[in-house]
Amino acid sequence: MSDWTLFEVFVRSKHGLNHKHVGSVHAADAIMAIENARELYTRRSEGVSLWVVPSALITASSPDDKEPLFDPADDKVYRHASFYELPPEVGHM
Amino acid sequence: MYAQLVDTGVKRLKTLDEMSEQERAFQAKIDAEIKIEAKNWMPDAYRQTLIRQISQHAHSEIVGMLPEANWVTRAPSLKRKLQLMAKIQDEAGHGLYLYSAMETLGADRDTEISRMHAGKAKYSSIFNYPTLSWADMGAVGWLVDGAAIVNQVVLQRTSYGPYARAMVRICKEESFHQRQGYEMLLTMMRHGTQAQKDMVQDAINRLWWPSLMMFGPSDEHSPNSAQSMAWKIKRQGNDELRQRFVDQTIPQLELLGCTVPDPDLKWNAETGHYDFGDIQWDEFYEVLKGNGPCNQERVATRKQAIEDGAWVREAAVAHARKHHNKNAA
Repeated sequence: MSDWTLFEVFVRSKHGLNHKHVGSVHAADAIMAIENARELYTRRSEGVSLWVVPSALITASSPDDKEPLFDPADDKVYRHASFYELPPEVGHM
Repeated sequence: MYAQLVDTGVKRLKTLDEMSEQERAFQAKIDAEIKIEAKNWMPDAYRQTLIRQISQHAHSEIVGMLPEANWVTRAPSLKRKLQLMAKIQDEAGHGLYLYSAMETLGADRDTEISRMHAGKAKYSSIFNYPTLSWADMGAVGWLVDGAAIVNQVVLQRTSYGPYARAMVRICKEESFHQRQGYEMLLTMMRHGTQAQKDMVQDAINRLWWPSLMMFGPSDEHSPNSAQSMAWKIKRQGNDELRQRFVDQTIPQLELLGCTVPDPDLKWNAETGHYDFGDIQWDEFYEVLKGNGPCNQERVATRKQAIEDGAWVREAAVAHARKHHNKNAA
């Protein structure tokens, strides 16, 4: 079965929520991947919608790029609402 | 435990001084409880150990379907049959979650499966025992899945991310397995005939010691424990987990009104634990070597299943190709 395409599986657990990655399945094609994913990942009503994507089509950031990609955000505290102190009389904002 | 005696290929732990800079950074992450992910650098021995352990764990789930499949057609009611089939389907699912986790390490599923068929990769010793009566279905669910849960709950914190996440999913489902097994035994003990009660006791008599063996040999006889613990693949020792299993199981046993075949079993008020007798490790090693009651039958059944399914896989590929061509035209 290793020669079949590997698909990554994403499940939407409830209406209104994002699809979330849950794992992978091997399948001969995308339709079979949906069927296999249904049997494997939603046997107990875990989902209302499924996505399958061939794993090979996913471009991922490399762990080595973690610092150049994500560190620049660390010193920009002014991007967070909590950075701005307002007097209590303003109330909830 | 579904993974027993997993070889780390390491004879002795490296000191921090002996490690390369990469190895030191890796160990620092492990020590800081940062999960290792598929694309992260890892020592080759860590990768190989995980492939061995996760594949052994996956094979156990798959072979574990066979002792239960033995009773599907003879379940005493439609309700029990549906429950048993649901449990067996879960075991298949667990095997697949684990094979997927293993593949993230670059291992090939078919290769690892053929290694198991060739006797080069192991699966848990427990599945080499036969299931001789319907009560075995209850005892397997209660004791075998119970022992697996004790081990797997800890593995939810294992250092490799994909393995840990597979364990979280598996643990949720195992609890159904254990409860359905125990409820089945309880029904027989409370409402059954004398013959049915005897059947329950007989199942426990046969499966008790093999269940304790599932945790693997004592820590001092587990040459790979130190490295697996340092890498946090393993989080707790075999003896500690075995003791936890005994402590939680004996009160359930008493509620059933049954006994275990161990004259040395008794509550120790001083330690706050149950003392129990010596395990026959010779039997364990013989079963691992392939000389258990069902080793040959289990492997032969798995091989046959793969061979018998070949035409289905070929048909699926042909079907996919045909539709692909139709869509392209």
